[in-house]
Amino acid sequence: MSRLDQIFVLTGHWLAGWAPAALRPLASAVLAIACIMAVFATCFALTTLAERKLLGRMQNRFGPNRVGPCGLFQPVADGVKMLIKEDIVPFSADKTLHFLAPIVLTVPIWLAFAVLPFGRNMTAIDLDGGILFFFAIGSASELAVFMAGWSSQNKYSVVGAMRAIAQMISYEVPLVLSTVPVLMLAGSLSLNDIVAAQGTYAFGWLARWNVFTPWGLAGLFLFLIAATAESNRSPFDLPEGESEIIAGYLTEYSGFKYALFFLGEYVGLFAGAGLGVTLFLGGWHAPVKGLEWAPSWLWFGVKFAALIFLFIWARATLPRLRLDQLLNFAWRFMVPLSLVNLLVAAAWYWTGAWPFGGAAPIRWVLCAGLFIFPYHWLGRALRGPLPPPRKYSYAE
Amino acid sequence: MNGAGIIKGMIETARNLAGSYHDKERLTTVQYPEETLPPVENARTIPFLVYDGGDAAAGLRCTACTICEKECPPQCIYIVKDMAKKPDYLGKMQLHPKVFDIDIAVCMSCGICVEVCPFDAIKMDQVFELSTDDRFGGLLWGIKQLAKPNEYFQKLHRTEASEIDARREQDRRKTQAAAAAKAAVPAPAANLPPPANKGAAA
Amino acid sequence: MMASHSLTAAEEAAGGQQLLEVSMGPQHPSTHGVFRMDVTLDGETVVRLKPVFGYLHRNHEKIAEKCSYLGSIPYTDRLDYICSLTNNWAYALTVEKLAGLAAPERAEYIRVILAELTRLINHSCLAGFLLQDMGAAGTPLMYAFREREKILDLFESLTGARMMCDYMRFGGCRCDLPPGWIEQARSVAAHYPAFLDEFEALLTDNEIVRARTEGVGVLGAQLAVNAGITGPMLRASGVNYDIRKVDKYGVYGRFDFRVPLGERGDTFDRYMIRILEMRESLKILQQALRDIPEGPIMDPKARLRNLRPKPGEAYARIEGPKGELGFYVISDGGSNPYRYRIRPPSLINLTILEDLCLGQTIADAVVILGSVDIVLGEVDR
Repeated sequence: MSRLDQIFVLTGHWLAGWAPAALRPLASAVLAIACIMAVFATCFALTTLAERKLLGRMQNRFGPNRVGPCGLFQPVADGVKMLIKEDIVPFSADKTLHFLAPIVLTVPIWLAFAVLPFGRNMTAIDLDGGILFFFAIGSASELAVFMAGWSSQNKYSVVGAMRAIAQMISYEVPLVLSTVPVLMLAGSLSLNDIVAAQGTYAFGWLARWNVFTPWGLAGLFLFLIAATAESNRSPFDLPEGESEIIAGYLTEYSGFKYALFFLGEYVGLFAGAGLGVTLFLGGWHAPVKGLEWAPSWLWFGVKFAALIFLFIWARATLPRLRLDQLLNFAWRFMVPLSLVNLLVAAAWYWTGAWPFGGAAPIRWVLCAGLFIFPYHWLGRALRGPLPPPRKYSYAE
Repeated sequence: MNGAGIIKGMIETARNLAGSYHDKERLTTVQYPEETLPPVENARTIPFLVYDGGDAAAGLRCTACTICEKECPPQCIYIVKDMAKKPDYLGKMQLHPKVFDIDIAVCMSCGICVEVCPFDAIKMDQVFELSTDDRFGGLLWGIKQLAKPNEYFQKLHRTEASEIDARREQDRRKTQAAAAAKAAVPAPAANLPPPANKGAAA
Repeated sequence: MMASHSLTAAEEAAGGQQLLEVSMGPQHPSTHGVFRMDVTLDGETVVRLKPVFGYLHRNHEKIAEKCSYLGSIPYTDRLDYICSLTNNWAYALTVEKLAGLAAPERAEYIRVILAELTRLINHSCLAGFLLQDMGAAGTPLMYAFREREKILDLFESLTGARMMCDYMRFGGCRCDLPPGWIEQARSVAAHYPAFLDEFEALLTDNEIVRARTEGVGVLGAQLAVNAGITGPMLRASGVNYDIRKVDKYGVYGRFDFRVPLGERGDTFDRYMIRILEMRESLKILQQALRDIPEGPIMDPKARLRNLRPKPGEAYARIEGPKGELGFYVISDGGSNPYRYRIRPPSLINLTILEDLCLGQTIADAVVILGSVDIVLGEVDR
């Protein structure tokens, strides 16, 4: 365990050593919280900038590049802008709820970071039921969406809030179900145990990340789609559908409260991406044995950045789904597929006992087939009977 | 296969992302004002008045015929004639404008004033950085702001300016030759009766 | 929100009083300009839709009665401001009919080339904006605009302006093609199919685009013909009516091109027809750029100033990118028209918006409006 790998842990211990012995646990907790909030708030600023620049590059244009080198101070400029805006509260709004909604959104999301392992020995709180805590707390923030919509006393906001709630509740189910195979095969609810279970190496060099198994690949796919929907990002951003109902439940928010909603959404995205890395991508482990010398938190960061890039890429390419299509997709495609994924994971586990060599490709084919056929049939059922292919005739 | 179309779309976007780092075609932004596009010869924004020589007052080609004022669709030209005539490039006495105002906020850059001008006096300029914070007169331009030398016109619209210059030169030579020929004819004797067709010519 | 209108049949069926009246616009990111739709919703379903326009009314037809015939040409640029050259052509055709002028052959070829380039611009814009309304974060829009810039550069080097071109005159064109223009136009036309392929790869098979547009806003052929719909919207419903083939105005009779016809008349068909029309326009462009003759560009009988056509009336129409654009001009012998009337295709196509949107959700209403392809400058004049 190199010093670079443990640098945050050692620094934390040294700083907490300055506190009197009775307060040392409290001090180290406060340090952990401060560090997580600082890092992920900076990450939020950089992600907004990276999103605009990447979106720009995919659209054949520069992103922001005027404020600071490569536009690096753009988030600062945006932050200042948000802070100095007038905070307008509608006259007939419910003032208490209107004020509390952004807070109720952001606080639970920050709490969810407490259980994610960011590196070796770098979990803020090592709970035995870590993943249970994560999902419970994450769902608590959905209440804020409805508080925001209802308190604004605005037709558009209420419609937007109802859509948002419907979407978020529908996608909680596939989100949780897609992680169940991981829990089954790791045998524990604790995130540190799940990461540890992915720490061994197959063939002596390739890490045994969950994503390198059929059920892990399918699980990651389902998890990422559900995380996109939970975070109201394109293609599931109907609640904030600019083109239809202005900003939905965010319509009546301005200034810093809007910035808090924005922050809450992105931090929720980070929490989802962090969980995805932990459950499927091997947490802070290196992909191949030879690259273990790099610090564990760096590996976590690289995988995390890759997932964020994937989210940005999807946003740039895909148009929005309509509400009924969105809900159909969740209940008639994602939920059955998540259940099928459980079967696939079970099949993988049982065929793991096959002793003969050359079993691995057969296992893959079997499990992949167990997943792909339902995928195809469910997709067909979702789309409905395929209309005859369109013919375009030409007149001379 | 479900999802194949989405994958194709994402590959397309990724190709644009990768291409934007090395292919000019995939990153077409021209970062104004550090970079500007090359000027196009035919481009038009607002009109300007052409004068020959160094003195705007003496060399202004405009003869205040007010054809452009009549033809301007949004009626943004306002001309007041100065009744004291001045000689033009051919030596003929012409009126000239005392006041020639164009409200460039109203001008719609149609170029009709240029098309109908018989004297090649008004041409289209290409300036577009015209904003001003004086909202009462800042965009109402008079002769001082509108008059620009012929050299400027040649720089902007090289083809058209050369044609016009060649034609004016030809006209000047013809006039000079005609005047020289007329001067070479001997004057009639003082006590001959006046010619019969003098009344018709008068 | 007032509820003082008597309920329509659809509203009665939906239960009368529990309806939500939403006014979309006039300031709205997706209404293509200042346009308002008063939508009555039952849950998410549209039970009544009243389009309200007039926010961009600029008195064009009255101004034309005070301007000379020549002076109205720059105003026609600003009708359908994306397709200024086809507007100019329709007006020039009308006055040429009235005054008995005819454009020479080179001018006719130039007109066809510019009109087809304008069609490419308009359909690219439409495809981009339709996807933008569907929430695609502007990516297809930026690609479409990247190609449109090349065509706008062509327009600038010929006419002097990118959008408000003011180029056609009665009896021909304003100025001749500068040297090198034809080669530049040829290279633009040669690169366009690659862009169309990329665009189709991005969108046409995309499951989300298909799910949002298939079966949405179906327009039957009979209703389309009865309502006077023209242009790609009519052809997407399967009716074979393209004025370039019917009237053969200009020199369109000499070009070999096909008219794509749709089958089902839904939004996806309207989008696909425009993509196919772009490919046909490229064919026409290649032929015209190859065959353009030398010669004069103005009718010798034409005069710029003081055009006084004999008293009479004329109506001339062209197949504009949005539909049949027609001008009806009555002359009383003076230098200004007595009456000047425009047949705006966007307005006529908009009249059946309610029929298209009934029974659809409000998200679909936005997509359907996008597929009708309106420009408020033309709707309101």
